[in-house]
Amino acid sequence: MSASVEAAWAALEELTDPEIPVISLRELGILRDVRAATDGLEVVITPTYSGCPAMGQIEDDVRATLQRAGIAARVVTQLAPAWTTDWMSEAGKEKLRAYGIAPPHQTPAGSSVVRFISKPAKAETVPCPRCGSARTVESSHFGSTACKALYKCLDCQEPFDYFKPY
Amino acid sequence: MNPATDYLLHLADNALVLGQRNAEWCGHGPILEEDIALSNVSLDLIGQARLLYQLVATLKGGSTTEDRLAYFRDTGEFRNYTLLELPHHGPLSGYAQSDLDYATTIVRNFLYSALMALLWEALEKSANADLAAIAAKSLKEVRYHLRHSRDWLVRLGDGTDESHARAQAALDHLFAYTQEFWMPSPAEATAIAAGIGVDVAALQADWNGIVDAALAEATLKRPTVGGYVTEGKQGIHSEHLGFLLAEMQSLARAHPNGVW
Repeated sequence: MSASVEAAWAALEELTDPEIPVISLRELGILRDVRAATDGLEVVITPTYSGCPAMGQIEDDVRATLQRAGIAARVVTQLAPAWTTDWMSEAGKEKLRAYGIAPPHQTPAGSSVVRFISKPAKAETVPCPRCGSARTVESSHFGSTACKALYKCLDCQEPFDYFKPY
Repeated sequence: MNPATDYLLHLADNALVLGQRNAEWCGHGPILEEDIALSNVSLDLIGQARLLYQLVATLKGGSTTEDRLAYFRDTGEFRNYTLLELPHHGPLSGYAQSDLDYATTIVRNFLYSALMALLWEALEKSANADLAAIAAKSLKEVRYHLRHSRDWLVRLGDGTDESHARAQAALDHLFAYTQEFWMPSPAEATAIAAGIGVDVAALQADWNGIVDAALAEATLKRPTVGGYVTEGKQGIHSEHLGFLLAEMQSLARAHPNGVW
């Protein structure tokens, strides 16, 4: 790794998601790569949901951070392979839980549409991030943002967000 | 003309027009959770539309931008299914309006999401790598849209007498418009020949399977359809699209090149 690539990673390391400020862009899997292209440094980011309103902010944050660190680099948005919650690091998931958001389960193998809509015989439980109880129910498929669903804990009665597998 | 552009515009216009329609519920949802759900579905759809318009703009080159495509084309240039531009209520004379009806919204989203789940899945293998990448993202999103609208379809259909009657009425009203899905347009034929597009007719059996299973669970009766097949995807629209575009485009047209 060249010194400039390393410096860019270091500068961007602490940059967090604007909506969930406890998790870094790297831990979320949004910050994909820093590479030396023929005409300079390239920072590669990938959008989460197609319509995520935070993406514009994230791009601005990345640019501003690089600029503050005096690093000249282009910010490139790359769609393929599509972002998945499986790229979220274990440390990142733990931070989400501590913040009150239940982290995503592994995405189910095979994305067959028919299988997706037919409810699995035994639904995966989403443990409450506050009290750890497995007795939780989904109140809505969509929560405060498109990437989350709204759940309720039947033991501690707290509502909470579940980061949906994507 | 690149064989992909007209086809991409069809996919993009579908997403934008339904996104705009669904967004009419923002602040007016029947319950808070649904208000949020429909707004989130709209965000996904408009995001998909943006990715597709950006791709078209790149292919066309010159001064074309995503905003030009969304805000500065008129009714006859839009390539969306007629189904998606209809207002959120049953048939009325001309452009008369009525209160928003959630059953109409749910049935429309269900019929369209069931198609798009299959279509995006097939488009992951498109010869156009950019379209394949957009399809892979959109597939992840449409599965949640389908699950959401299907759950509500069952809840309304297998609910009270009132909700059942309204869901059935919405189905009776909208089902004929799905005939347009299966009638290939010249743009689709060109895209299929180039390996960019997918023959939607090949997805019909799977779509029937998803729809029939959901309708059975919802205790709703599948209407028999026939007669006129709409041609929105060829630019021949109902009277409703003009009003939708007028609302959506007026700000950008009043302030061309405005940035906010």
